[in-house]
Amino acid sequence: MVSEQPEERLVADVLVIGGGPAGAWAAWSAASHGARTVLADKGYLGTSGATAPGGTGFLYVEPDKEKREKAVADRLKSGGYLSEEPWIYRLMEQAYLNIQLVEQWGYRFPLDENGNLYKAHMQGPEYMELMRRVVKKAGVTILDQHPALELLTDEHGVGGARGVNRLSGKSWEVRAHSVILATGGCAFLSKGLGCNVQTGDGQLMAAELGVEMSGMEFSRQYATTAAFGTVTRNRVLGFASFYDEAGNVIHEGGPRQDHFFAVHLHKGPVYAMLTHGNTPEKQAIIRASTPLWFVPFDRAGIDPFTQKFPIKMRYEGTIRGTGGIRLVGDYCSTTVPGLFAAGDAASREKTAGARSGGGAYNASWAIASGTWSGKGAAEHALAHGKSADHRDLRPAGRYGLRHTAESAESIPVREVVKAVQNEMFPLGINYFRSEPIIAASLERLHKQWPLVRGGVGSSATARVQAREAAAMVVNARWMYSAALIRKETRGMHTMAEYPELDEAMSSRLLLSGIGDIRHRWEDVPRSYGSITPAVVVKERQSV
Amino acid sequence: MIELVSEDRCIQCGLCVKVCPTNVFDTNEDGLPVIARQEDCQTCYMCEAYCPVDALFVAHHADEKVAVTEQDLIDRDLLGSWRAIIGFGSRGKVSMAANDTTPILRQARSGIARGE
Repeated sequence: MVSEQPEERLVADVLVIGGGPAGAWAAWSAASHGARTVLADKGYLGTSGATAPGGTGFLYVEPDKEKREKAVADRLKSGGYLSEEPWIYRLMEQAYLNIQLVEQWGYRFPLDENGNLYKAHMQGPEYMELMRRVVKKAGVTILDQHPALELLTDEHGVGGARGVNRLSGKSWEVRAHSVILATGGCAFLSKGLGCNVQTGDGQLMAAELGVEMSGMEFSRQYATTAAFGTVTRNRVLGFASFYDEAGNVIHEGGPRQDHFFAVHLHKGPVYAMLTHGNTPEKQAIIRASTPLWFVPFDRAGIDPFTQKFPIKMRYEGTIRGTGGIRLVGDYCSTTVPGLFAAGDAASREKTAGARSGGGAYNASWAIASGTWSGKGAAEHALAHGKSADHRDLRPAGRYGLRHTAESAESIPVREVVKAVQNEMFPLGINYFRSEPIIAASLERLHKQWPLVRGGVGSSATARVQAREAAAMVVNARWMYSAALIRKETRGMHTMAEYPELDEAMSSRLLLSGIGDIRHRWEDVPRSYGSITPAVVVKERQSV
Repeated sequence: MIELVSEDRCIQCGLCVKVCPTNVFDTNEDGLPVIARQEDCQTCYMCEAYCPVDALFVAHHADEKVAVTEQDLIDRDLLGSWRAIIGFGSRGKVSMAANDTTPILRQARSGIARGE
């Protein structure tokens, strides 16, 4: 089938795909550097992504030499020596600068006990509502409910993207010399808070242009929620005691051992109660720090301070892992001219290494990588004489699309998604990784691959979900392929047969290919000297 | 998951259809939002946060349907309860950000490690 001519067409300098924090910062940065910028999001800039619904902490370190040196040393170690010192410094500086802008733009940071503004945590709904206004004010054209389905390309590199408007069902095309993929990680529709928009679409689009993935083995990340709920905020569970099915106490609160939740949930049901929220004052503080966590409890009629509730772990995949699209330049460029990546779609190994350690590092990475990619993308696009409308571009998508179907039989989307989830979610496969179990799982995942080459319905929902299914199958195959190649335990990646870190593997693992997956190792650059300066954009810099 | 669109309260502004990150709603012939793909709801509560007239209700369960009635939700003061906490629509009188107790959360936590 030939691809249809899109009904909605736009031409820009920079196209940002994705409207979570990384996409928002990228669009703001690109527009602030003088580029005509379009942002297309699968959902809505303001509600999309893992940040918008709840609160998130940031890596926020004052510009104090000692504090920053300590933060860098801590991260090099916890990141399994796969991160780069200059990039960590740069991350801290960029996040610090931009968070001052967030304050100037009107985010209402609270006061700490000494009466100083506390800027290391933000509430997602207000943060992202503010970012939408900032992006609009910068002159960016926002296309909500416009999921991208495939990139456009020619011999000069990327040149835009095509997708579908989910509300009208019409196809769209945006031509632009630079494209920033800010589509997020991949959590396989686990319903971790805000995670279902992120199905690894950007990684598939990049790979279709020949871009490598890096660090896909660093994806063994789950978060604990009430069994019925979605709100993944472990800090509230820091106030809990935990019980087994018979009601025996298995932990009375305070610091938990590594793997506590996984070990116990792997054995059987676990219940929690917030026994350490034992005064009205403490209860009020806990509630106001993480209000959304309590919403499902209030609705279910459960008082978590006095009643036990079951817990479970929801998989967060590469959203809180660190693997993704391989970056090669200081401004988040990839190996394809014009193609950039930011946020959780990109590999975060340069700053986080082999372990993200929660939201803070990734939340600051979204700010910084968005800002850097926006500058890089703007400069790349503005170096062209003519607009991208003059290029002889063709769609680059190869899997899970109407025009690439190789059989008349439709892709069984729900079945494929369920089959992938059955391999990715179980703790016995993905958390407690061991060679024979991962190898058998990977074989089953490979069998799903031919299915996503089938036919696709014409509705917007069918088109988007078929493409998501293809993206999830390939992301899952990359993850377990990488897990089997890294025969050691490092950062968040573990392998039962290889419980120790192996010095010989202090390198990054790159994967290429979609049908056939190949790999190679890349040395971590050991540059301790120069630091690329942070990007400074004044609030009212002309656009 | 999303369980209720109150026809009584809905002003047909279309915002929920536009803001839902997972495209759960369709608009019917009368201009009302309908829950067209409940199984795609990720229970993120964002639609409720944006609804200007508190016409939506997301129940606590992410994976199973929960039967609700509008009158019961009104009686329990649950319609609009999440938007009220965030402060959207309060013209700045309420701000979840300004009320964030994260900086003093560790005060509440002190004592746990010592087993008090």
